[in-house]
Amino acid sequence: MPLNEKTGEFTPKIVAFCCNWCSYAGADLAGSSRLAYPAEVKIIRVPCSCRVNPMFILRAFEKGADGVILCGCHPGDCHYSTGNYYARRRMTLLFSMLDYIGVEKGRTRVEWVSAAEGVKFSTTMNEFAAKIHELGPNVRLEDLRCKN
Amino acid sequence: MQELINRAKELLADGTVVRVLGWRKGDMDYNPEVAYFNSAEELDNFVYDGFCGANLSKYMIEASKLEGKTLVFLKPCDTYSFNQLLCEHRVDRDKAYIIGVGCRGKLDIEKVKAQGISGITAVSGTELDGPDSIKVSTIYGDFDVAYTDAMLERCHVCKGKEHKIYDELIGESKDTHDMDRMAAVAAIEAMSPTEKFAYFQAELSKCIRCNACRNVCPACSCRKCVFDSTKFDSQQKANVDSFEEKMFHIIRAFHVAGRCTDCGECSRVCPQGIPLHLFNRKFIKDIDELYGKYQAGETADQRAPLVNFTFGDAEPSIVNERGSK
Ligand code: SF4
Ligand code: SF4
Ligand code: SF4
Repeated sequence: MPLNEKTGEFTPKIVAFCCNWCSYAGADLAGSSRLAYPAEVKIIRVPCSCRVNPMFILRAFEKGADGVILCGCHPGDCHYSTGNYYARRRMTLLFSMLDYIGVEKGRTRVEWVSAAEGVKFSTTMNEFAAKIHELGPNVRLEDLRCKN
Repeated sequence: MQELINRAKELLADGTVVRVLGWRKGDMDYNPEVAYFNSAEELDNFVYDGFCGANLSKYMIEASKLEGKTLVFLKPCDTYSFNQLLCEHRVDRDKAYIIGVGCRGKLDIEKVKAQGISGITAVSGTELDGPDSIKVSTIYGDFDVAYTDAMLERCHVCKGKEHKIYDELIGESKDTHDMDRMAAVAAIEAMSPTEKFAYFQAELSKCIRCNACRNVCPACSCRKCVFDSTKFDSQQKANVDSFEEKMFHIIRAFHVAGRCTDCGECSRVCPQGIPLHLFNRKFIKDIDELYGKYQAGETADQRAPLVNFTFGDAEPSIVNERGSK
């Protein structure tokens, strides 16, 4: 479990997949507007929310993530017209499967964040990080070899 | 069975087909194997009995690349797989002559052994028009086992005995559906996350990663499988930790989601008896409930739910309402 060196508290690892066209720009806006979001959130830029293979999500957990969030353009606003509609179905089914095998369901989330929604980006990340703090470390989907 | 052999010989003789894809006698009565027959003489080894559970559709991918037509025998459930492969342009309809064969459920030797019967030397009475109980000969004597008690799980939840695609039909089928297909999935859904996790952990830790489930699956017909990639830790090897077990099973089930016809081959071949259908049926159940009823392989011109969408699809957060309490 990653602990904060100073406080000894649990510091989760949170992976945020953000699409290049909306959500990544939304994160930029959050930054330039000086809106805070937790440093525990690590952003991975992807060309489209639909680029996120379900395996990426599992892989993130395997490598030690405690929570994974996918952000993309709002439905209807996809830079490639329809990518996020496919992503929506995929993630719904994947999250449902994770719930089915007993992984706590708060660990995964999808949020649509546009390039103009810096505030939404920051509140979403704050909320999500709070949820992961509440759930504690992910022990059900980690690769034990990656420990220490 | 003789009727099938005779018809196959006729079709070979008149040049309609150049080879036959069917089942031939194995080393034991309960393990016939998939085989090509190229001549009338070879057909003497042909069998079609209660143990011919193997779905021949997937073999038609390779047979479609051969010269000339192949005669293939398909059970009702196998025709769904064939349709799905047609849909994905993996088989060539013009290269197949399909005889739809009757089915009264297929047998699982493990079900017989589970009744405490061991040392099996022979099994008889499993033919399509055979009696209601099969005779199991063992080194300890003979036993009668009711046909339905030895049936594969998938036959108890059979989708129906109607062939979805064929050129001709031979043999009468019997209805075998006597269980709810989604009951086991619903039972797991009702568990708490801790119970679910413990259940799957116990089942999946049995997996030896033989890849038989993938190799037999008609939906798993990618020319390059992600699980053969050397860049991926999970390639063709025993699982190193509990994560790999789950990764393999979730990803495989995900890759076949919306394309899996629930033919039951994966669960049938798993040497460890892992109930793999529980994964596939979870996806089928979710798809049915969220995106409308869908049966892969029902026809050859459907659009699979995961390569489709509607503007009003549910948001992923719906899992919070539907999932574990
Ligand atoms: S057939 Fe069974 S043991 Fe083999 S890889 Fe599949 S689940 Fe694992
Ligand atoms: S996943 Fe199993 S049930 Fe589904 S198509 Fe493949 S072998 Fe058949
Ligand atoms: S596991 Fe996935 S990549 Fe491999 S054959 Fe099946 S569908 Fe294809």
